Amino acid sequence: MRLDIVLRVLAKLLIPFALMFASYVQFHGDFGPGGGFQAGVIIAAAVIFYAVIYGLPSARKVVPDGVIEAMIALGVLIYAGVGVVGMLLGGNFLDYFVLAHDTVHGQHRGIFWVEVGVAVTVSAVMLKIFYVFAARRRDAEEESS
Amino acid sequence: MTLAGHYTYFVTILLLMVGLFVVIARSNLIKKLVGLGLFQTAVYLLYIAPGKLIGGAAPIVAEGVQVYSNPLPHVLILTAIVVGVATLALGLALVVRIKEAYGSIEEEEILQRDVDDESSANDRA
Amino acid sequence: MTNLQPTIAPDTLLTQHLPILLVIVPLLSAPLIVLLRRSFLSWLVAMIASVAAFGIAALLLQQVLASDGVIAYAIGNWEAPLGIELRVDAVNAFVAFIVALVGVFVLPYCRIGIAAEVRQEEHYLFYAMLMLCLCGLLGILLTGDAFNVFVFLEISSLATYVLIAMGRDRRALVASYQYLLMGTVGATLYVIGIGILYLQTGTLNLADMAQRLSGVGDVRATLAALAFITVGVSLKIALFPLHLWLPNAYAYSPSAVSAFLAATATKVSIYVLMRYYFTVFGAVTVFDAHNTGMILLALSLAAMFIPAVVAIFQRDVKRLLAYSSVSQIGYITLGISLGTVGGLTAAIAHLFNHALTKGALFLVLGGIVLRCGGANLDRLAGIGRTMPVAAFAFVIGGLSLIGIPGTAGFISKWYLVTAAMAEGQWWLAGAVMMSSLLAVIYVWRFVEVAYFQAPPDDHPPVGEAPLSMRVPALLMVGACVYFGLDATWSGEVATRAATALLEGWQ
Repeated sequence: MRLDIVLRVLAKLLIPFALMFASYVQFHGDFGPGGGFQAGVIIAAAVIFYAVIYGLPSARKVVPDGVIEAMIALGVLIYAGVGVVGMLLGGNFLDYFVLAHDTVHGQHRGIFWVEVGVAVTVSAVMLKIFYVFAARRRDAEEESS
Repeated sequence: MTLAGHYTYFVTILLLMVGLFVVIARSNLIKKLVGLGLFQTAVYLLYIAPGKLIGGAAPIVAEGVQVYSNPLPHVLILTAIVVGVATLALGLALVVRIKEAYGSIEEEEILQRDVDDESSANDRA
Repeated sequence: MTNLQPTIAPDTLLTQHLPILLVIVPLLSAPLIVLLRRSFLSWLVAMIASVAAFGIAALLLQQVLASDGVIAYAIGNWEAPLGIELRVDAVNAFVAFIVALVGVFVLPYCRIGIAAEVRQEEHYLFYAMLMLCLCGLLGILLTGDAFNVFVFLEISSLATYVLIAMGRDRRALVASYQYLLMGTVGATLYVIGIGILYLQTGTLNLADMAQRLSGVGDVRATLAALAFITVGVSLKIALFPLHLWLPNAYAYSPSAVSAFLAATATKVSIYVLMRYYFTVFGAVTVFDAHNTGMILLALSLAAMFIPAVVAIFQRDVKRLLAYSSVSQIGYITLGISLGTVGGLTAAIAHLFNHALTKGALFLVLGGIVLRCGGANLDRLAGIGRTMPVAAFAFVIGGLSLIGIPGTAGFISKWYLVTAAMAEGQWWLAGAVMMSSLLAVIYVWRFVEVAYFQAPPDDHPPVGEAPLSMRVPALLMVGACVYFGLDATWSGEVATRAATALLEGWQ
């Protein structure tokens, strides 16, 4: 971890762009290919990249385990919450038509929030999988030593 | 349609059989999961290939495009892929735990250890 | 957003949305549990969600029975067949009622039952998984979309794998892994089947698919789809000889999970099979054109005898009950294979009665395991004296398993025998009797150990199980007896469900 200054600098340069690309994929998902799944995976990839270069402990400081677990739950709640709001406004579950005055706008609004929920959960799940696998041997060694 | 026209189905069946064979015949737990992955991939192909219309464009509304590919199989398979990833992650997590508990990822050794445990427990009783 | 007013009154809101509420109440409770994290709070949320789900399922069943038709619910207001719809008739409303009922019995039991078997810091994950499993099972039942069935199937299966792996024994991990392999192969085969159906009909909506298939006529692709779906779903049902994952999965998972799975998971898969056979393909295609009934009949008979014999030689009572489950599934598929209203009534009635019986037995056994430290027959010696209530409850459950008059098991066997005789198949009635004798033997093994052997000298002094475990277990045993004495309600609903199944969704 001493000689990789090139990697460290490059990582610092690239990660903001990766995150920005993720948000492009996220918000452009309405009009072109993209959406919450893809954006969530790109966000997770950026953090995993950080963890690979700077080590797992520093990544865990940036995005702690507790936050990730909350995000997994929160994304599902956002998604299902959109559905429940549709029900409360007089439509069926996941009814986007009633979310705004005209139906097209309602569809936009509904899909936007659903995709936010998807991105939150997908990025958190991907990170959680990476964390538990990467930390497994470390944690086991700490227990045994 | 000629037989060659159905080549995607042949590839699908080949992948299915190879995947299933690996799941059944290999003793290594990780290799079994690889086989399972192949088996699932075959299904992705089964769905995706007929969804592509020859000459059809990507299903995004654009001017001057008349023929679109069917987007529904892609959506279904996106879901199936996510399910596959979740299954694989869970399977690998189980393999890690099995390795920690048994010290092996060879199915035969693991089952043998369970048999040994049982017979020694019966001896005590 | 502020000027958007709700347009309907709250009570119609509730009744109108019953089908979807049944799925999203458990679904929403799972992330809530993860956010709360504390063991007691997560149990409380799960408890409330399962009671709510049971209430909704009961209301839904009542609504369906009163309306005598099909309740359709278009998700997102996209009309079927374009959108995904939930479609509820007497069959799935009844099975959903069973699943939710078992959930209500199992959750109070979990509070102490799980504390002994799962690490404290994992409790919230346990409850989240249990709720996801419940959500998945209810989703499979209610949805009217072929691919949606797969998605919910995987939600419930993935949650199940985790629940099984939470067992204390390291063999639980291997059991879970094996179930994961076989379950995924089964689900994938199912997806291949619906893929072929989709290529053939261009639709995923089950009702629409049924209509279009009836116009296609008898083609090879339909047969292929039928074969793939039958094998795939049979893996999930644990239909003999595809049951290899089941004994270990039930034996090494936490007691509450064994009870929940034994009472619900395989039953839901049986529903899927029935739905495809009678609603999608149609009884004519399945039973007359392709003679699937004969294959199912042969497998059912094998299931009734071979696993029952294997059960007799088990030393672990949990495994014994698991093999008995495989055997009992044979009765249900036997009813299906007859393809008549009588046979289906027997199958659906046994679905209900066996869920009660096996759930009760596993719950009682869970209390015994907690006190005796294991389910091995050696450890259970003399518990007729040390745990008289539990041992007696287990015997009652066992009697229901055998099908003694006065217990729930008798009712469904009676239906089955009557249905077989109505078809002129006297020998089938004889086979059911013979197989019941095997059940007598494996239940007797418990009785012998419990009542006719002295407790070992080094045995720690054991008392009855804690109250929160005893009460649900005893209530469920009581339900076995109640529905054995008064079968008017369960019998009537089963008949209605069987009729609805044969009528289809057109």
